[in-house]
Amino acid sequence: MKTIILKTASRYLLPLLLLFSVFILLRGHYLPGGGFVGGLVAAISFVLHAFANGLSNTRLLLKYHPRILIPIGLGLSLLSGFVPMLFGEPFMKGLWFPEPLPVIGMVGSALFFDIGVYFVVIGVTLTILFTISETTQLEE
Amino acid sequence: MEVILAILIGVLYAAGIYMMVRRSLVKLLIGLILLGNGANMLIFLLGRITKGSPPVIPEDARVFAEVYADPIPQALILTAIVISFGLQAFAIILLKQVYIVNASDDLDDLNPIEEEI
Amino acid sequence: MTDNHIVLPVITHLFTAVVLIFFWKKTRISRIISVVANSILVISSFVLFTRTWNAGVFTMQAGNWPAPFGITFVADVFSSTMVLLTSLSGMAVSMYSAVGVSKARMKFGYFPLLHFLLMGLNGAFLTGDIFNLYVWFEIIIISSFVLMTLGGRKPQIEGGIKYVAANLMASVIFLTGIAILYGLTGSLNMADLSRKVALIPNRHLINITALLFLVGFGIKSAVFPLFLWLPSSYHTPPSAIAAVFGGLLTKVGVYALLRVFTLIFVPDDFIAFTLMAVATATLLTGAFGAIIQKDIRRILSYLIVCHVGYMVAGLGLFTETALTGSLFYLIHDIMVKTNLFLVSGLIYKIKGTIKLEQAGSLYAAYPKLSLLMALVLFSMVGVPPLSGFWPKIYLFQAAFAAHSYTVIGAIIVASFFTLYITAKLWAEVFWKDAPTGVARHSDLYNRMNHYGKALLVTPVILLAIVTLYIGLGAENIARVSVHIAQELMDPSPYINAVLGEVVLEP
Repeated sequence: MKTIILKTASRYLLPLLLLFSVFILLRGHYLPGGGFVGGLVAAISFVLHAFANGLSNTRLLLKYHPRILIPIGLGLSLLSGFVPMLFGEPFMKGLWFPEPLPVIGMVGSALFFDIGVYFVVIGVTLTILFTISETTQLEE
Repeated sequence: MEVILAILIGVLYAAGIYMMVRRSLVKLLIGLILLGNGANMLIFLLGRITKGSPPVIPEDARVFAEVYADPIPQALILTAIVISFGLQAFAIILLKQVYIVNASDDLDDLNPIEEEI
Repeated sequence: MTDNHIVLPVITHLFTAVVLIFFWKKTRISRIISVVANSILVISSFVLFTRTWNAGVFTMQAGNWPAPFGITFVADVFSSTMVLLTSLSGMAVSMYSAVGVSKARMKFGYFPLLHFLLMGLNGAFLTGDIFNLYVWFEIIIISSFVLMTLGGRKPQIEGGIKYVAANLMASVIFLTGIAILYGLTGSLNMADLSRKVALIPNRHLINITALLFLVGFGIKSAVFPLFLWLPSSYHTPPSAIAAVFGGLLTKVGVYALLRVFTLIFVPDDFIAFTLMAVATATLLTGAFGAIIQKDIRRILSYLIVCHVGYMVAGLGLFTETALTGSLFYLIHDIMVKTNLFLVSGLIYKIKGTIKLEQAGSLYAAYPKLSLLMALVLFSMVGVPPLSGFWPKIYLFQAAFAAHSYTVIGAIIVASFFTLYITAKLWAEVFWKDAPTGVARHSDLYNRMNHYGKALLVTPVILLAIVTLYIGLGAENIARVSVHIAQELMDPSPYINAVLGEVVLEP
């Protein structure tokens, strides 16, 4: 699907969709949204880029294999669940800073958990899609 | 609404099982996907359908004022969808591998019972 | 009692797996990390076990959301025993796989997957929430799918298809059961369900739901009509992986059966009859299947099926003595089956084959090693005073008390067949002269250095010592089993620990 229209559009859509995915991630605690949906939107933005410019170009754009995001995300989520245990609270108890930060809003351990989910979702989705399309390309 | 959903779920289960007992590998996978969707719809149906009242508290309130949709079934379905997404992705790769190794889509051609490793 | 110690068996594995992913290609470091993490877990789960043994049921509300709204983790003696056994097998397997699994497989992420699998097992044992149990089951099966097909040889992939299809089917049925249960009660917490299900007047609907759970867990634990995926897939992966599968994966199904059918659906006549019929058929088909096989791992696969029957029979009889028998057998079976698959791997390393007719004269070449293997084999049969003997006494006693002579007959037949098969294994693999005319296989085991040999044999010795302890110190294991059986027969301490001493409003 190498059309000039999609190619041009994807150049602008990629950063826009990534920004949108972060927006969804951040509003997720009290409103519809969250790490999972945000991660999917971010992954889709790369998929769109791959559709328009070919998988190898997306690879170049990413520099690292998206697989590396999985352990990072898992580790972040795990640590965010682990922190309350240091304060003698049960595993995964939400701890919050008292004052909201500008733009981001309330910051707490649940946010970091969500960011971890965001990374894992991007990593898993892209790994799956890359793997499937790789095996297809090998045949052709 | 409930009746339509119940019929739909029945159809999904029946179609899923029918596809699973066919001989083709791809149909096996489609059957599993249909069954999974049927199960998700069943959770949705059995969590009671409440129209037009999402379980989101308005900004100026602290508790729900009226009847609201139970959010748990939705959380369950989301979890189940995510899980089945991963499993199906794995299954697709596996089927592909079987096809490459075996050069056949027919389950009857898989016969490792007698074949030695 | 809220206690964070409960989740340690889960998050330690998760943490280890995450660290191991970072060392994806560095096999040497991966092995060390894996063995160290598993050793820590053995200690940690032993502490957890002693604590639950002394102080009763521990709970932890994840995120501090009170039960029944949040996800509860519960550790009673049953859970913590299972976690301890999982850690022991995990440790043995991780040591064994340091040399028993090829480097190519390790580079495909063998160790992270192993830890994800063990995490799923521990999570399934510790959770107190039925949907969370489903999620842990999915984690278990997805990591086992990858482990099963890792390496991608033809028989592995073909066995993998059957394994994947059966287990996905089981998950869907389990999920359907959960959906109906949620529709009936509006709750997912197992302790809460226990109270609410008992109040539902429509018992037929409850029985149908119970059957859905029985089928779902039955596929996973490989009981009679649903076991066919097991013998056609368990012989394909390398023996270290087969050891985890054989030792633990079917047992997690048995655990779920024991938990759900004592806590949520207390067996009435219909369910008890179904369970007993299933158990009898499982014992017989497993035994008959095993005698015609000509390959060590396939024999072991059928024996797994056969021996699951003992545990289900105990559940079907549903008395305290019967459950004691089931639990004792469960404890014994996890250790022995893990060890037997490791032994089959050792035999393969030495002889280059696991087919009975091509093997032979192992005793002449390795007398000490053979005696070690014999100890494991005869523990499985239950030659007194080895470990398999004691649980059968409890089961006999319970079956006599309940006048279920069919079950007694099945148990006797299955035991004799197991004995016959073990004798055959011993004669064919260890005593018989090695057949001439078969291409000589170079003895891989002999060519290894001392370090490699030690890593292969130590886990077998370790598990054999545990098995010996189960046999010779049967009194202690019996005390544990009786304690767990009492817990299962009277779940009110469990329920009270989770929900507090609140009386449910009608």
